[in-house]
Amino acid sequence: MGKRIDVQDLHVYYGSFLAVEGVSMTIEPRSVTAFIGPSGCGKSTFLKTLNRMHEVTPGGRVEGKVLLDDEDLYGANVDPVAVRRTVGMVFQRPNPFPTMSIADNVTAGLRLNGVKDKKVLAEKAEKSLRGANLWDEVKDRLNKPGAGLSGGQQQRLCIARAIAVEPQVLLMDEPCSALDPISTGKVEDLIEELKDDYTVVIVTHNMQQAARVSDKTAFFNLKETGKPGHLIEMDDTQKIFNNPSERATEDYISGRFG
Amino acid sequence: MSTEVSAAERPLRGSGRELRGRSESASRKLRNTLATIVMWGAFLVALIPLIWIMWTVLSKGFSTMLDIVWWQKDQSGVGAAGFDKMIRGARHAIVGTLLMSIATSIIAVPLAVFTAIYLVEYGRGKLARAISFMVDILSGVPSIVAALFIYAVWVTTFGWRLMPVACSLALALLMIPVVTRSTEEMLKLVPNELRDASYALGVPKWKTIVKVVLPTSFSGILTGVLLGFARVAGETAPLLLLANYTPFLQQNLFSGNGMAALPTLINANVQFMSADKISADRVWGAACTLILIVLAINLLGRLVGRFTKVKN
Repeated sequence: MGKRIDVQDLHVYYGSFLAVEGVSMTIEPRSVTAFIGPSGCGKSTFLKTLNRMHEVTPGGRVEGKVLLDDEDLYGANVDPVAVRRTVGMVFQRPNPFPTMSIADNVTAGLRLNGVKDKKVLAEKAEKSLRGANLWDEVKDRLNKPGAGLSGGQQQRLCIARAIAVEPQVLLMDEPCSALDPISTGKVEDLIEELKDDYTVVIVTHNMQQAARVSDKTAFFNLKETGKPGHLIEMDDTQKIFNNPSERATEDYISGRFG
Repeated sequence: MSTEVSAAERPLRGSGRELRGRSESASRKLRNTLATIVMWGAFLVALIPLIWIMWTVLSKGFSTMLDIVWWQKDQSGVGAAGFDKMIRGARHAIVGTLLMSIATSIIAVPLAVFTAIYLVEYGRGKLARAISFMVDILSGVPSIVAALFIYAVWVTTFGWRLMPVACSLALALLMIPVVTRSTEEMLKLVPNELRDASYALGVPKWKTIVKVVLPTSFSGILTGVLLGFARVAGETAPLLLLANYTPFLQQNLFSGNGMAALPTLINANVQFMSADKISADRVWGAACTLILIVLAINLLGRLVGRFTKVKN
């Protein structure tokens, strides 16, 4: 599992507003890539275009190509619903389904897509919860509501839910920004393990986090408010943090930004 | 009531730290006291009619309701002029009110819920704005006008004979906007994050609505439906126009023999009230029963709402 993502000159629009301009990048399979940059620079918007979640917002559209192992996500016959089964997503705030139990939350993607076999679902739930390092904490209360867990547990529940549908790529939009440091540490450990199976892309405002978890880092910036965001540079995380090629990257990382 | 007490009194028990000048603080306290008195006064004045109504209806009708015959028998055998020695029952009216209100709900609730789903989940642009505007207009239509409209279509245009289900149609016109608005509010309360979570799992939009949005807002929608039900159960104008009062128990919504309901039972007896104690008892008994039914439905709505409420 884990596919290569190849983005070619991608422009993202909301209505007539150009939000992100001309991004090209290659994301290697089974690696962790971090997107960093100031608020409003379009990194979350760009992340959403990798599984077409930006189309949920009215007027959201792109120009350019996103190839997943040579298959264009924006091809004429491609169903956005199918794209999202291949490219999963974890959000900023934990969002378990409040009407469902812990086990039902994990298997929601499968059940809502027609899997009915109880045995298969139970196995999937255990495997995914183990995969999200949550099994030991919840195995005795699988039928309790998912909303009863702590914030960090809820976020790992959401990760379990995302990996239960066996995606190739896992997108994470600031997955730790609503969590305390201990829960953050657990999620970061989990990201480290997830990259054995998945291609992981993570947006973060926390530069230490980017340095800790990612293999590659992409720095996004915008010239001024109201102007489109764009990719400044993307390189090995080591290089970005120690010896970036661009002045803007160095300024941002060393806190001399703005 | 307890929350109003604490909310109103809290400013008076302020921590008394005087950071500003003494005179300013004194005048603020005075204004605060005045405002508190005015608000309490308004609250008590508003309470007077409510208590008065409840007291009148309960004191005059409650004893009638206690008799088991009231629930078991209809008014068959009542003399032509309405004068009689016995109260007898209101079963025909209770059954009629419930039947017609249930039929109304069966017609109105699906239409209202689907309209609300369209407006919240799909509606964009001119069509959605037009529909929303029309729901507002519909909620302003007087009940007698809704009844006249159904009468015109049913009798004048199609030439059908009147039957209770025509009355349910008119009542549905009144129920649709109420349930649409309440359902809309409940659907808007469902966080977009839940919809996003479902989309991100590769679940199609319609399935997201059916399996995630509706279950999450179910208790609120049901509460709205029951409040709408309570509202049409007490509606009178369409009954007067479209459902002929009959003193007999009638359980067929498609029969041409009319159907009694609690408001029309009151209406049939109210003209004899001053002369005939028994008629007066029937009127107050029916009024009391109607209030009881509406109250029971409201309570049921709250109970169901509490038990199915999604904890978040």
